[in-house]
Amino acid sequence: MSEKTYTPGEHPDLPPPANLIGPVAWIRKNLLSTPTNIVMTVLAIWFLYEVVPAAVNWLFLDAAFTGENRDDCRAQASGACWAFISERMKLFTYGFYPIEERWRVNISFLLLIAAIVPVLFDKVPFRKFGLYFSCAFPFIAAWLLLGGYGLTPVETDKFGGFMLTLVIGVTGIAFSLPIGILLALGRQSQLPIIRVFSVSFIEFIRGVPLITLLFVASTMLNYFLPAGVTFDLLLRVLIMVTLFASAYMAEVIRGGLQAIPKGQFEAADAMGLKYWPAMRLIVLPQALKISIPSIVNTFIGLYKDTTLVIIIGLLDPLGIGRASLADTKWTGLSNEVYLFVAIFFFISCFGMARYSLYLENKLQTDHKR
Amino acid sequence: MNEATNPNPSSEDYAVVIRDMHKWYGQFHVLKDINLLVTRGEKIVVCGPSGSGKSTMIRCINRLEEHQQGHIIVDGTELTNDLKNIEVVRREVGMVFQHFNLFPHLTVLENCTLAPIWVRKMPKLEAEGIAMQYLERVKIPDQANKYPGQLSGGQQQRVAIARSLCMKPRIMLFDEPTSALDPEMIKEVLDVMIELANEGMTMLCVTHEMGFAKTVADRVIFMDGGEIIEENNPAEFFENAQHERTKLFLSQILEH
Repeated sequence: MSEKTYTPGEHPDLPPPANLIGPVAWIRKNLLSTPTNIVMTVLAIWFLYEVVPAAVNWLFLDAAFTGENRDDCRAQASGACWAFISERMKLFTYGFYPIEERWRVNISFLLLIAAIVPVLFDKVPFRKFGLYFSCAFPFIAAWLLLGGYGLTPVETDKFGGFMLTLVIGVTGIAFSLPIGILLALGRQSQLPIIRVFSVSFIEFIRGVPLITLLFVASTMLNYFLPAGVTFDLLLRVLIMVTLFASAYMAEVIRGGLQAIPKGQFEAADAMGLKYWPAMRLIVLPQALKISIPSIVNTFIGLYKDTTLVIIIGLLDPLGIGRASLADTKWTGLSNEVYLFVAIFFFISCFGMARYSLYLENKLQTDHKR
Repeated sequence: MNEATNPNPSSEDYAVVIRDMHKWYGQFHVLKDINLLVTRGEKIVVCGPSGSGKSTMIRCINRLEEHQQGHIIVDGTELTNDLKNIEVVRREVGMVFQHFNLFPHLTVLENCTLAPIWVRKMPKLEAEGIAMQYLERVKIPDQANKYPGQLSGGQQQRVAIARSLCMKPRIMLFDEPTSALDPEMIKEVLDVMIELANEGMTMLCVTHEMGFAKTVADRVIFMDGGEIIEENNPAEFFENAQHERTKLFLSQILEH
């Protein structure tokens, strides 16, 4: 080690030692750093060697993509029978929505994308108009999907499949965040009535399983309403799911609010800002930013919980899958069906998770020298 | 002390009038019978050991803390439970905190324009013009588009001062503005404060910077145990302290 010496104040920035950088260093550090690590690495390689080829064979190489029934599939190949899924694809997507009206679902889906983009990304051209459209979207979508005013009415019991998941999931997500924010602020309010209301609401909803709330929505609500008054089962489910998610959201946001230093509130007060501007401009942006991982976590939970509606007879993808499995032409294909539904949910939820990471990085403003 | 006991000082003449003010935190009597008159343009330094109530006292002036007895009249407006009055006072009183309390999610410029835009309802462009003007005065116009987290402590505190000045306040409160700073950054903040003082701003500073007190203050107030123990002009205060408690305090902080 022949260390060159420098006069004080003249020491240049030197490159790090070679054994700290490069692929070899990476492998050493991450895969082979300790004996336990070496064993784990070997085991992981063996596991991948056993599992990956088998999975690829079953999923793709030995899979049958066409066929009229299960026996067709089995005659062609030993792997998965995706013909079943492609035959039922429409059912999985639209449920029992009338075939001649399905274009309305498609348009709603496209509009949903158009409505989400300006909310998610701030560099979109004409974002302001986009956001107006996002606000109008729930009403447009409701009109398109339900009909009336010139369109053929469609009963909500025809809704099903991915479309139903999206309707419940998107409604729940879109409404639970603002309601959750209000509940979280209400819980910290100086006014006892608002505080007591918020606390009791949150604690009651959190203390009851979602399934119970869904049963209440599907059966008990009829007892409470005056005779002759009915309102739509899907609407009741939407309300229950939204309220359920709002209660969790409120607690998540409360956590974020508590992490905001008192000095931020004081600085806002000292400037003469009133309560709502102070909350909107200073406290909530920071509190929500801290809470992003937990907020998205709640969203993902809500999205997956939409499958619980199967219990009160709504046919979400899982419900469609179960119903399809009863078809005698296609018996014994539960692997394919459940895997397919799982992949659908995984893609949606993974997308949300990645967006959450992107947003966290984008909003990172401290220590970014 | 004589003027403070004057039964009927016309509050219009003074920037701040505090009369017979008491404050409690629960059972704890934190401020006891505070009387203080601040004329316009006067610079007052408040010092005292920690827990003496000096921060609490100046925080009462813009109602970050509520007093329970007595009167506080700021720029002719009495602080009561009336939210309108509190808003009026807060608009006219700027405050600089020990820990800066800049808004980390906003840029330096946005920090400065927020209150003018939302409280004074100023157009954005005008607010930005004023903000840049004050950022130049505190000598960091080049940092306007950075976030507070990217600045040094001294720079952050200067931004905090500029942010307060953007509201064109008539009174400035400083709550230990240099206590959280590294020694080499204290001077840059004090320089800005001295400049501000020379321009005639009414200032109340809680600080232990005795050099600053000597150069700038018209009056130094010493507090202990929630009471104003002694007040005097800086020369008398430092050379000829009247009370034992003051002498002890001064000997302790001037020892080094």
